[in-house]
Amino acid sequence: MHDEPPVTTLDPGPKKVLGPGHDYGTVTDKISGVVYRPFERTPREMFIGFGIAFLLVNVLLVSVTWLFFRGVGIWGIMIPVAWGFAIVNFVWWIGIGHAGTFISAILLLLKQDWRTSINRFSESMTLFAVACAGMFPILHLGRPWLAYWLVPYPNTMWLWPQPRSPLIWDVFAVSTYGTVSLLFWFTGLIPDFATMRDKAPNSWAQKIFGMLALGWRGSAKHWARYQKAYLLLAGLSTPLVVSVHSVVSFDFSVSIVPGWHTTIFPPYFVAGAIYSGFAMVLTLAIPVRRWYHLEDLITMRHIECMAKVMLGTGLIVAYGYAMEAFMAWYSGNQVERYTFINRAWIGGYWWTYWILILCNILTPQLLWSKRVRLYLPAVFIISLIINIGMWLERFVIVVTSLTRDYVPSSWGMYYPTLWDWSTYAGTLGLFVSLMFLFIRGLPAISIFEMREVVHHLEHTHGD
Amino acid sequence: MATNLYGLMAEFSQPEPLIEAARRAHAAGYRKMDAYSPMPVEGLAEAIGFRTSLVQRLVFIAGVLGAAGGFTLCWWMTVVAYPHNVAGRPLNSWPAYIPITFEGMVLVSCLTAVIGMLVLNGLPQPYHPVFNVSRFERASRDRFFLCIEAADPKFEAKETREFLETLSPQGVMEVEP
Repeated sequence: MHDEPPVTTLDPGPKKVLGPGHDYGTVTDKISGVVYRPFERTPREMFIGFGIAFLLVNVLLVSVTWLFFRGVGIWGIMIPVAWGFAIVNFVWWIGIGHAGTFISAILLLLKQDWRTSINRFSESMTLFAVACAGMFPILHLGRPWLAYWLVPYPNTMWLWPQPRSPLIWDVFAVSTYGTVSLLFWFTGLIPDFATMRDKAPNSWAQKIFGMLALGWRGSAKHWARYQKAYLLLAGLSTPLVVSVHSVVSFDFSVSIVPGWHTTIFPPYFVAGAIYSGFAMVLTLAIPVRRWYHLEDLITMRHIECMAKVMLGTGLIVAYGYAMEAFMAWYSGNQVERYTFINRAWIGGYWWTYWILILCNILTPQLLWSKRVRLYLPAVFIISLIINIGMWLERFVIVVTSLTRDYVPSSWGMYYPTLWDWSTYAGTLGLFVSLMFLFIRGLPAISIFEMREVVHHLEHTHGD
Repeated sequence: MATNLYGLMAEFSQPEPLIEAARRAHAAGYRKMDAYSPMPVEGLAEAIGFRTSLVQRLVFIAGVLGAAGGFTLCWWMTVVAYPHNVAGRPLNSWPAYIPITFEGMVLVSCLTAVIGMLVLNGLPQPYHPVFNVSRFERASRDRFFLCIEAADPKFEAKETREFLETLSPQGVMEVEP
């Protein structure tokens, strides 16, 4: 209170990416100030949020421990629905991760000025979402301690994984995605670690950030190589992010299950992934920007641009739904047609389909209005609704398709158990806990890139 | 004479004067020097006469090797190590290998880009003389520095200092080795 610098919370409105009066020094101080804020002055909401999230982490630990004791039978999965919540959650989490790579890589190559203050934040989100996602297929294995069998390695059984199977493609795609996301994130952090080291208020912070900074000193020669590497990472991540969700969709579309076997899946999955990812960025960024008074760094322009991307990708997803319905009729295939009717009308889960339409197609149409896009509570609620909608989409795809196979004798319903829900809620807690720890402990906005924005603005506006 | 110096450092408050200073130092014949900035500054590396394309070459080679490695792995697993007849399809069913080939390319080239960049930059480096200048801690905040190193054949403590003064810096500092 007494030594607090004057907080400038002036939101410059939907036209600017940075509040007025910022120079190289002030953006640096402001962003590093979030980390170097005294512990007891952490916003109270962060403590409450972290408390709830950490409670859920413990729920996750209990659920996973019980799973290891008793096996996947504690979940509701049973033939014909052997892919229950675990796979729904896997696809949902990995999709959320996609927005981070989209923002950090694709928007970098497209030179979008509004990516800068949200890229670090969403890259971290990617990292933690991929961690949550990667857990599910392993937990779903039945014998998770043998997960390393998925990796090709010389073994005494003389067995090798089957590289013709999309499930093995998945292993490679997700592990590559996780590794590259980590590299991208860490590379972006190196110059900021150096800043944190030089601004450290105590020797502990100085030592920890000093080690992480690897001795970075901002040399022009270093920057030259650094920028090449960073740009190459962006260039390589761009097709990677498209490939990852395409491969995830192959898990379904390469099979012959009605409702899965369709060529629209890869583009529709990728668009859906970016859609849900932007929704999650907004869900997290809107409260955090308020708690830490970052309105002049994450401005309404950022919020509005993200809302527009949600609207755009949401329309692609809507096209995907429309095509599924159209192909059910146009293909003339009896099984395809039945699958659709079952999904939307006569099946036991018909209501999930209509909530999904409500969440994913109808609600985002509100974003056509500029007033809605600029009204934070509305954007926040819409982003939450989209998160739920995208989860339901995966539920509809995974579960309703499996409940009605070709042969009526193998029809059956799936009902999630308490452990299904607790594992899912547990990963939500893990994700939020990691995000909160990240915001508290590392610069959540890329400092050196914000200095570039300052430099750029000085030259374009002449002030 | 100035054998106990790493070099002389001039401080600037904006990137443009630093580029200008670097250009003039290069024109004056100084070669062993480096510029320091809190963010990448376009044209700065060129101004001190530094050009490199090694990172992208390495990444290209790594990409080719990664793709070849991914494909070879799949081919070897299905054709050599564990040949398994699936409904009479050819053992070398190469279209199915493409996703792993692609992921191999991306993984190896990204690792090479980052590790290659760090190694070429000589990082991690626990000690460097420029950190002996107390004002240098602002090189990661809002200040821009040009350091002419004593190892430069043209370096003379007095004349180099006089030269740096002509570049209208905020100040000129000695860098202890």
